[in-house]
Amino acid sequence: MVLIPPEGADWLAVTDASLPVAQALDFAGDPSCGGVVCFCGTVRDHAEGRPGVETLTYEAYREGAERALGELAAAARARWPELGRLVMLHRTGTLVVGEVAVVVVASAPHRNEAFDAARYLIDELKRTVPIWKHERWAGGSGWSECAEPLSAQPAIELS
Amino acid sequence: MVTVRLFGPARDLFGAPSCVLDATALDVLRDELAARGGPSFAALLARSALWVNGEPAGASLALAAGDEVAVLPPVSGGC
Repeated sequence: MVLIPPEGADWLAVTDASLPVAQALDFAGDPSCGGVVCFCGTVRDHAEGRPGVETLTYEAYREGAERALGELAAAARARWPELGRLVMLHRTGTLVVGEVAVVVVASAPHRNEAFDAARYLIDELKRTVPIWKHERWAGGSGWSECAEPLSAQPAIELS
Repeated sequence: MVTVRLFGPARDLFGAPSCVLDATALDVLRDELAARGGPSFAALLARSALWVNGEPAGASLALAAGDEVAVLPPVSGGC
């Protein structure tokens, strides 16, 4: 499966496919934007109290996750109306160490808004999008212990 | 009847990815699920959000036949 960028200004997806980082950066380019910030979250070889992480398996409530990404994009645009393009892509399925699990890109006329929006998007994604991480490490396997209750709405102000 | 879908650790503790219940309001359904799923599941359910038909829902929302309720335990997306 290959992800195809959409026609509009926001590229939001929850997918089993490998995340196309270069294509996401390309999508975010805009003649009016002088700042493009890209954050990639990658699979790390350890978790809190769990050395030797080998794989992560992400499960999503797909309909709810896609809705939440849309809400989050709208919240970011309300806060930074000058934003150019936004990308939020999240993997599902089993990933090995080093693979990209999430990509967030924000473009804006100037760097401050691009940095601030990208930071806001990844922080709020973790609170508002229904996705769960299952870890397999040297000593066993289980759901991530770094979980927080799902928030129905993105924060209006930066935390 | 209302279809309930369970995700992540809630699915594991409940022991099934879905079930069908007869409940007319969301708070009633929450109590029924807690009773069915056992103490560990009930403790997680207390920290879980319930969405109806793909959207966040008020705690005592009325339910109709054919509605789908999602049980969403604390989330751990990202990295």
